[in-house]
Amino acid sequence: MQETTRDLQECMVLDHVDYVYGAGTAYEKHALSDINLVLGKGEFIGLIGHTGSGKSTLVQHLNGLIAPTGGHIYYRGNDISAADFNKKELRSKVGLVFQYPEHQLFETTVVKDVAFGPKNMGLSKIETDMRTFAALKEAGVSEELYDASPFELSGGQKRRVAIAGVLAMQPDILILDEPTAGLDPRGRDEILDRIAQIHAEGNRTVILVSHSMEDVAKYASRLIVMNEGKVFCDGTPKEVFEKYRELEKIGLAAPQVTYLSEALRQAGVALPHNATTLDEAKELLLADWKGGRR
Amino acid sequence: MIRDITIGQYYPVDSPIHRLDPRVKLAGTMLFLISLFVFSGYFGYVIATVFVGAVIKISKVPFRYIVRGLKPVLILLLFTLLFNVFLTREGTELFSWGIIHIYDQGLITAGLMAVRLVLLVLGTSLMTFTTTPNQLTDGLEKGLRGLKKIKVPVHEIAMMMSIALRFIPILIEETDKIMKAQQARGADFESGKLIQRAKALVPLLVPLVVSAFRRANDLALAMEARCYHGGDGRTKMKPLKYKGRDAVAYLILFGYLGLVIGSGFLPL
Ligand SMILES: Nc1ncnc2c1ncn2[C@@H]1O[C@H](COP(=O)(O)OP(=O)(O)O)[C@@H](O)[C@H]1O
Ligand SMILES: [Mg+2]
Repeated sequence: MQETTRDLQECMVLDHVDYVYGAGTAYEKHALSDINLVLGKGEFIGLIGHTGSGKSTLVQHLNGLIAPTGGHIYYRGNDISAADFNKKELRSKVGLVFQYPEHQLFETTVVKDVAFGPKNMGLSKIETDMRTFAALKEAGVSEELYDASPFELSGGQKRRVAIAGVLAMQPDILILDEPTAGLDPRGRDEILDRIAQIHAEGNRTVILVSHSMEDVAKYASRLIVMNEGKVFCDGTPKEVFEKYRELEKIGLAAPQVTYLSEALRQAGVALPHNATTLDEAKELLLADWKGGRR
Repeated sequence: MIRDITIGQYYPVDSPIHRLDPRVKLAGTMLFLISLFVFSGYFGYVIATVFVGAVIKISKVPFRYIVRGLKPVLILLLFTLLFNVFLTREGTELFSWGIIHIYDQGLITAGLMAVRLVLLVLGTSLMTFTTTPNQLTDGLEKGLRGLKKIKVPVHEIAMMMSIALRFIPILIEETDKIMKAQQARGADFESGKLIQRAKALVPLLVPLVVSAFRRANDLALAMEARCYHGGDGRTKMKPLKYKGRDAVAYLILFGYLGLVIGSGFLPL
């Protein structure tokens, strides 16, 4: 990769990051080894990997919740493990939505819960309120729920409230750890569409953690695949899904339409390459069909 | 960090102590606790300390790991120390300032008390380090089954204990997760005055209690779905059976007890 220093000033850089849980005990676990990544501004990154591959551990490094046991992480050119680095500011710039974020709701009303983040940042009452309502809108929480108790909401609604709680800090980088876990297909699509919209409108970097290829293939412009604590591959969805045979070996799979287009090509349909999303498959097939008629 | 709490947790290694029958370990822990209160001379302390040291060595649980588990009792230890130092009025006075008087006897009592407390915690935590909650339940149930005759709900007590033990690491993990999630939203658990700190705990405690109830509910459902109906008529896949090594362990235990009691008659 050819990045200039000016570009790196805008990025999150991981330099030989290592992490070991419970070093020196029987529970010792080398969760991350030698991670080198440059996460650019405005990217929509899908972070995929089998359960236990280290995805959650990796994203918790990005806002300083855990410090690497080896290597360095730089945000805008500053080492985030340095003693004089402002961790609190980092956490407002790098918003992390945990897996099952609805489990962290605690306030009496939805609005109060979402305001928790901006309040902790020490913002004025007006600024807090403005950010709270903007975030609720952005996350797609309907207005009649604003004064409800978060514990009364449905699963999908709770999750949006929790996402709004992080959005309200207006982070530059938004990380979502398996935001669709435990949702029904409709709830899943709604949340993913919301996230895509948040990325499109907010000029933010979005990192979407998932173990479903289908989910990330549709939205991400770059995929990082983790396996056993290492980066297995890193590239555009097309580049990554080209290696679907290797992906299968580590317990992942390309989206089903990739398999379908591969089968079509083998059956003699002249597609230029495999499709990764349904829309792309449609376009490729239509182009082929029109070409064939001419 | 919160994850450092190791009390009541199992430490998975293979050692002669781990392989012992849980009843031996339960009885051993009881005997050890009793022994801590019967000896009087200094010699008793030496024997008890050597005994615990030997068991730790054989159990292969890293000493560092055990010491970390002692942290939560540190406060209790400190209180005991201070009370003994300041409130004992025996022996010769070493220091006095206003209402504070410190006597040499106070220092000695405080020191010995601290050793006893540490040994007590070490002894009990060694049992949980080397015995899984399941084994502990089995051992307790079988060891106390005689009490069933006088209507003591032995099975239920054992089950409650094992569930409680099993839930400690789960709740610790949950606490860690919720803490991190709130820290990601700028919560600060580490600074501020006492009142601020207490207030800062609300975002942690509310979700924690909610989740404890959710888990309890799930567990109850799961037990019901598997037709759990208490201990009557329940059989075991691996019934407990004493082996040769258990007899050896009992012998060593009684030898230890004899030594401790005998040490009381020494002129020291
Ligand atoms: N708090 C922890 N303590 C010890 N081991 C952990 C902890 N969290 C995760 N691990 C271990 O680290 C590895 C990576 O976990 P994680 O980052 O959660 O993976 P993923 O999110 O990809 O499922 C797993 O083997 C897991 O068991
Ligand atoms: Mg995870």
